[in-house]
Amino acid sequence: MSTAGVAVGESRRLEPALRRQRALGRKLLVPYVTGGMLTDWTTVLAALATAGADAIEVGIPFSDPIMDGPVIQEASDRALAAGTTPQLVLAALRHAGGEIGVPLAVMTYYNLVDRAGLDRFAADLAASGVGGAILPDLPLDESAPWRRAAAAAGVDQVLLAAPTTGEERLAAICSAASGFLYAVGLMGVTGERADLATSSLDVATRASRYTDLPVLVGVGISTPDQARRVCAVADGVVVGSALVRRLLEGGGPEAAAALVSEFREALDAG
Amino acid sequence: MGDPDPTGRFGDFGGRFVPESLVPACAELEVAFREAWADETFRARYRDLLSRYAGRPTPLTPCPRLSEMLGVELWLKREDLTHTGSHKINNVIGQALLAERMGKRRLVAETGAGQHGVATATAAARFGMECLVFMGKLDMARQELNVFRMRLLGAEVVPVTSGSATLKDAVNEAMRHWVATVADTHYCLGSVMGPHPYPWMVREFQRVVGDEAAAQCREELGRDPDVVIACVGGGSNAAGTFAGFVDGPARLVGVEPAGGAAIGRGLPGVVHGMRSKILQDEEGQVLEATSISAGLDYPGVGPEHAHLAAIGRADYVAVTDDEVVAAVRLLARTEGILAALEPAHALAWLARAAGQEVPRGATVVLTLSGRGDKDVAQLMERGE
Ligand SMILES: Cc1ncc(COP(=O)(O)O)c(C=O)c1O
Repeated sequence: MSTAGVAVGESRRLEPALRRQRALGRKLLVPYVTGGMLTDWTTVLAALATAGADAIEVGIPFSDPIMDGPVIQEASDRALAAGTTPQLVLAALRHAGGEIGVPLAVMTYYNLVDRAGLDRFAADLAASGVGGAILPDLPLDESAPWRRAAAAAGVDQVLLAAPTTGEERLAAICSAASGFLYAVGLMGVTGERADLATSSLDVATRASRYTDLPVLVGVGISTPDQARRVCAVADGVVVGSALVRRLLEGGGPEAAAALVSEFREALDAG
Repeated sequence: MGDPDPTGRFGDFGGRFVPESLVPACAELEVAFREAWADETFRARYRDLLSRYAGRPTPLTPCPRLSEMLGVELWLKREDLTHTGSHKINNVIGQALLAERMGKRRLVAETGAGQHGVATATAAARFGMECLVFMGKLDMARQELNVFRMRLLGAEVVPVTSGSATLKDAVNEAMRHWVATVADTHYCLGSVMGPHPYPWMVREFQRVVGDEAAAQCREELGRDPDVVIACVGGGSNAAGTFAGFVDGPARLVGVEPAGGAAIGRGLPGVVHGMRSKILQDEEGQVLEATSISAGLDYPGVGPEHAHLAAIGRADYVAVTDDEVVAAVRLLARTEGILAALEPAHALAWLARAAGQEVPRGATVVLTLSGRGDKDVAQLMERGE
């Protein structure tokens, strides 16, 4: 790796950046985009950063995304049909490099990691400027080998907590996670919801008792107002389907950035 | 076949790779099953339903004409004669009893050929539960009759259009649904696959096939057979059959479809909650299986089979669609038994291997996991 690689290495880290932003009194906004869903998807990432994202979650499409609802499934299908592979997503991120301007985390399913080999996948993430990984089908009990590999490569291992997670287990998840704690807001898969689930407030409140990691609520956060309300107890939100739907409907980087700006304003207004 | 380790593994395979939202539900199910299976009252109800409702024990049928033709001594374990027409009922009765014991009021299931869906719809009706079955759109077309049967029984059948629109995608959809409904819904998984405790629990509910067959062999032959054969989709009829013979000397053979040979051509990986052998590309994207039989059209396989293959205790072989269709015809014309396309895979391998890999005069037990009525329309369309 050249010196440019080292520079990327310094700025790519997820957890320090999120902690810094939180310390400024800011609520954290992490939009999600499926890698490869559009030809110019990395342009979208840069626009989202400019519009006020604190970090960006990039989906690596998988054939069997069991935690995803119809919108993100559609994005994955389109990306796969266009020939997207994990290596192509990472290569695109490596090329976009410094232009995105905020830390990146990938979201994908464990089989892609397992097939590549844990150490190799973790090293590839780091070399591509990715600071963290979210693997929704890798629960705490199965995660130790991946957490070791990720830690060795300096990649944060975001873990998920759910409304049904009991107290003891929640404490264990919180202490094993790094980057941020992903509080799944409701019992269900990704997708937009008309109302904010009360379970999202509950899970974020409970998680905050066990960790000072940033606690972000994802799944079912579809509107700026829902984001604002859940951030009464959470440190931030992950916004996926609402954004991906606009991209699927043909809104380019501008429409995506406009939506992220709306979320940003709502969070800043508190 | 022993119990899995505390993490739900058989050797390197198994485990519980599910979203956090489902981990507590799987843990709760594991505890409930462990307690129920150790409870004589539960077992007595299960046995009673299997006998007076499902028609067990099923016979071990000698096949004089086919045996003579193949030069072996063939016995069929007749799961086709159970209520609803396949071994799937054994598992479903166990899981429905367990769901009732856990206070659940809904059953959700995936189905490929529709046999597991029909069995689940049947048990739901018998237990007064709601029933929702996910089925690939392609399979709904191939198995129209079973779709109608499920609806007659009061189940809702939901077409799955994602991915390959077959069994793999129906499992995805059932899991997604379960995440959202876990409070009052039991996921009645149809094979020895998925997250712990399913591979173990379903095998235990299916071991009645092998235990009965082993006892029948001792009675009829005074010893174990030389070879035991079963077809393998997810692997439940094979696991249940093997469970009765694994501690003895018999050679165990699982037969996969050539287009869905997860053990033969798959790589280790993680999908549908388990580590097992999976048909996948070099990046780890799961491939679509292609088989004439909707019930075996699955790119994965139960983890205990991956383990039995790894330690060399069972052999896994593959047959082509054409061999399978020929085997349906062969059994029908020699013994007057119409096999489903799934167990016809086991017959097809025997027809090929008899006199060679299976020596002349060998005693063979083959699990006839289901009856062929559901496949007649499909065979007619093929111009058979
Ligand atoms: C008659 C019959 N046999 C076998 C199977 C395959 O399942 P398994 O491998 O779990 O026995 C099916 C599945 O639908 C079936 O209907």
